[in-house]
Amino acid sequence: MTPAYELTGIRHYYGERCVVNVPDLEINTGEILGIVGPSGAGKSTLLRLLNFLEVPTEGQIRYHGNLTTSDVSLETRREITTVFQRPMLLRRSVAANVRIGQRIRGTAPKDNSVDGWLDRLGLGELADAPVRTLSAGEAQRVALARALVVSPSVLLLDEPTGNLDPYNVGLIEEIVRADCAERGTTIVVVTHDLFQSRRIADRTALMINGRMLEIAETMRFFSDPQHPKTAAFLRGDLVY
Amino acid sequence: METLGRAFSDALGLLWRVDSTLLEIVGLTLQVTLVALAIALLLGIPIGAAIGLARRLPGRALLVPLIYTGMGLPPVVVGLFTYLLLSNQGPIGGLGWLFTPAGMIMAQTIIAFPLVLGLTMAAVQSVDPDLPIQMRALGATRRQVALTTLVESRIGVTAAVVAAYGSIISEVGAVMLVGGNIEGETRVLTTAIVLETRKGNFALALALGIILLGLAFLTNLVFHRLQVRQGGS
Repeated sequence: MTPAYELTGIRHYYGERCVVNVPDLEINTGEILGIVGPSGAGKSTLLRLLNFLEVPTEGQIRYHGNLTTSDVSLETRREITTVFQRPMLLRRSVAANVRIGQRIRGTAPKDNSVDGWLDRLGLGELADAPVRTLSAGEAQRVALARALVVSPSVLLLDEPTGNLDPYNVGLIEEIVRADCAERGTTIVVVTHDLFQSRRIADRTALMINGRMLEIAETMRFFSDPQHPKTAAFLRGDLVY
Repeated sequence: METLGRAFSDALGLLWRVDSTLLEIVGLTLQVTLVALAIALLLGIPIGAAIGLARRLPGRALLVPLIYTGMGLPPVVVGLFTYLLLSNQGPIGGLGWLFTPAGMIMAQTIIAFPLVLGLTMAAVQSVDPDLPIQMRALGATRRQVALTTLVESRIGVTAAVVAAYGSIISEVGAVMLVGGNIEGETRVLTTAIVLETRKGNFALALALGIILLGLAFLTNLVFHRLQVRQGGS
């Protein structure tokens, strides 16, 4: 099967600083890839490149075998979506927020799919509630519902459970895993929580200073790290 | 106190009698104010939103202070400027708008436009910069991002409408210069107040002032209700 993404010679700069330096990376269709690493490693920037929100300064990204240019088509962009650590919800009701992706696409609101996701994420009773009344966990679940209701081919998760309680973490992980299994969604999850990657990812990668130092099957990544910095990171040592 | 008391009774009397001259003045006041406001909103909201969204606009460092300066334009200077434009020797004197409601609308639009522009720009800028990025991540086009951001800043945009409305309904210098305060043609509440004060009819002038305040209050009540409803979610 063609990989969802093939990255070649990617270097991305903010000013003089190279924030992402990935010479070669393939992300398989339908896999869950966990990316771990310290703050400022370039993980979130990599997700922005994968969502085509930014154009890499150097290098090429192939998406399902097609070389992407600086002007990625709207259709391609709409196959991909990101759930951010701090979701920005619109000053509307919960249901209106979940429906926003469909509105953007101009597709008829399928209330049953919206209701379905609200129920699955334990938000059914909050459908008409204004978002300002939500807790952080509920807001994050709304953001996840908003992303999943448009049935993306690629779901990018940028520290989606940072600062959430174990119940919300468990619920979000369960939904993400189930979506991948049911629809074959390709998922890339950036997380500070090593155990989260261990729980849900098929492969795990370590990113430090913009470089992907090691990428391996999750079990092997944790049990038999090849790079000394991976071993140090897993021990909880400060790596940079 | 006596004058104030008489003013209230005169105001009530004018309203009670449904004085036709008063109705004409109120009608023209609302017509000039609302048309000028509508034009200022049609121009100011999209341009203000565009500048608010374009955080890396070249020349922004000069443009923003210019807009803020425009927000404080002295109405009498705007009146003089409009008068010179519309006078027979002026560049657009051929329009024949001097001493007509059209000229007054033009002057008031010039006063209201920078207010709407500047306050809309500030409202859009105050929206979290992550919102446009997250909307793009959901597949929004640039136009959809702009519209969503504008809708999210609607409370601030309503404040822009209120500020612009308040500044032009109570404005006297520009409409006096450009309109000429001609009875039955260009007399509005503020210019009528000035005239009655000059004539020493303080009670009538105050009565007109009370009616003006009442109009402003009623309209702002509507705006406020809109704002409360918008902030509900």
